[in-house]
Amino acid sequence: MSTSRRDFLKTAGSLSLAFCLPLDLKGAAAQAAGPASSAFEPNGMLRIDPDGSITVWATRTEIGQGVRTSMAMAIAEELEADWSRVKVLQASTAPRFGDLGITGGSQTTRSTTTALRKVGAQAREMLLQAAADTWGAPKSECLARSGRIQHPPTNRSLGFGDLVAQAAKLTPPAEPPLKAAKDFRILGKDALRLDGPDFVTGRAQFTTDIHLPGMLVASIERCPVFGGKVKSFDASAALKVPGVKKVLQVSSGVAVFGEDTWAAFAGREALKVQWDEGPAAKLDSAAIRAQFEARLKMPGKVVRQEGDAAKALPAAAKRIRATYDAPFLAHATMEPMVAVADVKPGRCMIWAPTQAPGMALPFVEKLTGLKADQIEIQVTLAGGGFGRRAMADFILDAVECSKVAGVPVKAQWTRPDDFQHDGYRPATLHELEGGLDGGGRPVAWSHRFVGPSIAASNHFPWPAEATELAGAADLAYDIPNLQVEWGQSDTPVPVWFWRAVPASFNPFVTESFLDELAHAAGRDPLDFRLQNLPKAPRKLGHDTFDPARYRAVLELAAAKSEWRTRKLPKGWGRGIAAHAYLDCGTYVAQVAEVEAKAGGGIRVHRVVCAVDCGMVLNPGNVRAQMEGGIAFGLSAALYDEITLKAGRVTAASFSDQPILLLPAMPMVEVHIVPSDLPPGGVGEPGLPPLAPAVANAVFAATGTRLRSLPLLPQALRKA
Amino acid sequence: MAVFTLSVNGQSHTIEAPPDMPLLWVLRDRLTLTGTKFGCGQGLCGACTVHLGGTPVRSCKTRVGDVGSRRVTTIEGLDPHGAHPLQKAWIETDVSQCGYCQTGQIMTAAALLARNPKPSDDDIDRAMGRNVCRCGTYLRVREAIHRAAGQRKEVAK
Repeated sequence: MSTSRRDFLKTAGSLSLAFCLPLDLKGAAAQAAGPASSAFEPNGMLRIDPDGSITVWATRTEIGQGVRTSMAMAIAEELEADWSRVKVLQASTAPRFGDLGITGGSQTTRSTTTALRKVGAQAREMLLQAAADTWGAPKSECLARSGRIQHPPTNRSLGFGDLVAQAAKLTPPAEPPLKAAKDFRILGKDALRLDGPDFVTGRAQFTTDIHLPGMLVASIERCPVFGGKVKSFDASAALKVPGVKKVLQVSSGVAVFGEDTWAAFAGREALKVQWDEGPAAKLDSAAIRAQFEARLKMPGKVVRQEGDAAKALPAAAKRIRATYDAPFLAHATMEPMVAVADVKPGRCMIWAPTQAPGMALPFVEKLTGLKADQIEIQVTLAGGGFGRRAMADFILDAVECSKVAGVPVKAQWTRPDDFQHDGYRPATLHELEGGLDGGGRPVAWSHRFVGPSIAASNHFPWPAEATELAGAADLAYDIPNLQVEWGQSDTPVPVWFWRAVPASFNPFVTESFLDELAHAAGRDPLDFRLQNLPKAPRKLGHDTFDPARYRAVLELAAAKSEWRTRKLPKGWGRGIAAHAYLDCGTYVAQVAEVEAKAGGGIRVHRVVCAVDCGMVLNPGNVRAQMEGGIAFGLSAALYDEITLKAGRVTAASFSDQPILLLPAMPMVEVHIVPSDLPPGGVGEPGLPPLAPAVANAVFAATGTRLRSLPLLPQALRKA
Repeated sequence: MAVFTLSVNGQSHTIEAPPDMPLLWVLRDRLTLTGTKFGCGQGLCGACTVHLGGTPVRSCKTRVGDVGSRRVTTIEGLDPHGAHPLQKAWIETDVSQCGYCQTGQIMTAAALLARNPKPSDDDIDRAMGRNVCRCGTYLRVREAIHRAAGQRKEVAK
């Protein structure tokens, strides 16, 4: 990807802000795309039509986490809409929608809910005023309910649709009153996702489903070694394949253009490319491990320090040490990477399942020479995201291919392309040492870990460690002498955000090692956790950790799993783990019940999950996201691993890299802590406690401590 | 290139295609029946599942030249109104997350119910055990199949 560092910084700078900026409320009516009809568009993302139907444009990307439904719920609640009349469309980068920000970090709920409620409340107040004006009644006597404005003193009512012309003439109030949570009729209740019917009939349109007139499909052969370049290629055989139209070199490799997908794929099979594989050609997993081991011997950057761990450890009554590791991981979304672009003189239209349209725009500007206002990215449904679709690479493939071919192009990745050219979850290597005093209290904790930096390798304007620390530097427990160090150890393997980012590996390490300390202290792992929490909320990094919320999820998961009383069958064990996902304001604890044999298989039978995500927007979706986080986490905990040999990712498909399937899915129970705190995210927080809960349960069942992910080596994958 | 006449969802289509072109791409790119999804192209994930003469097959590994006169049914043809008991159960159980694999899941499940109207958990695990869902909707897939079979069981709460 030939893009200047400055562009990256520019984009990334706005991107980091976009995570926390609220939606733009001002001037929305002025920005609304000049309603051709008599519709009421009080905001660029809301339209009410004369027939009373309500359209909401989602300004975050639906990647399965349910945001199209929950965003619409927040607007509909304040609007007092009839939920059955609400439909949701997807925003594009057109100016009327404002900045689409980033869909990631489980931030949508936290960063947009209040602004969305205001969008709905503004419209409600305008409809109330319109009805009051129509009736000549005081606005205070009118009320909005289920798509109608009522005037109880005179028993009159008008549907929203009857009021759109009048309401459209009014000025949106700057600070409309918001409803009290006790009056909610939509938020806080289970809502089925709005896309459900389209998904089950095949009507839902993903980017891969787009067909444009005159469109070609491009499939790009990439160098199997990261950073390699095309030396030469022979397209003669590819061009003889029926349906192949062109073969052209592009930035990411050699593109075969077919009149349909199969022609492009078949042409690619016949293509011959000579590569200059470059310096990474000899890279393999053993070399990366050796690099990490060498880096681990050197001090890292101290990212948390309390007391003096180096002094306290030798003085401890009992010391334990352990080494943990976690591998690179692929995202493996079900829909392989794909985008459609139509580059014309003065205009570029893109359709993409992107989590970060604004991040892609500067690259598209550079590639096309167009200005931002000549480019529009229409976000589509995405067949899975997990962070992968915040990368711009697959969008730029389509843009460049359309530019060089002069026609609309769908750039369609294959499954091996997707596995072998990902931005991977970083691999890490950890060394920990802990000390207990004579009473079995933890008095010292030292944790040094090394691995690549997502921030540094993608040139984000953040400290290199910023993307690697959650779950390690924000250790929840009250240990007087605490040191956490992180050592940067970059490799040629591209790294990127993967569901829960560092909280996909750090809590495995810290919650497993804490379990080791509990057993060393002869304490019950639940009691040990509860006894060693800080007494009061404390600042950890940018956020505040609330031990009461952490305690509550631990106790709820323990109670619902009958931690202290339930007798498990022979060969089973139970493990507990928790994680405060401070970035998105959500606390989760899980108890796993596992059947395991020393040196044998692992079968996770049951996971009991307690979640405190603040005010709950859609409880059904919270449960679904916990189930999904557990499944995604269990796949990684048991099986998933990206390894390298001769510079190449060895896995090309699901056969090389097993993915969790239905028969291995445990029963899952989700319990939600009632809360009136601001709503937090749920897409990622279900994942972090799963791997340590399972590993702790394996220890309880077998006495064997597994410190390396995935927990099941190749040979032991059958339960 | 060769000419094939296919019966898809009760309609006859005549297309020209190389005989080794997978049925998946005929459906998606020639007939624009895009409810059948491309997940791996290797018969490993099940997103492309359709019925061939009533039997579930991976359309990415089924050559168009091998289809012959067998009836092809895709998600678009499962029920004329999109109201197959499985489709209704899927909506009520709120199975889908990203939704991408779900048409393949439903077509696989429809074949199961056609030969086994009251499947047990084990029957379901066997029939559905090779359909990948990265969102992890597996428990709800199982629940929705029971619901469609009229054996409503509580979904994990």
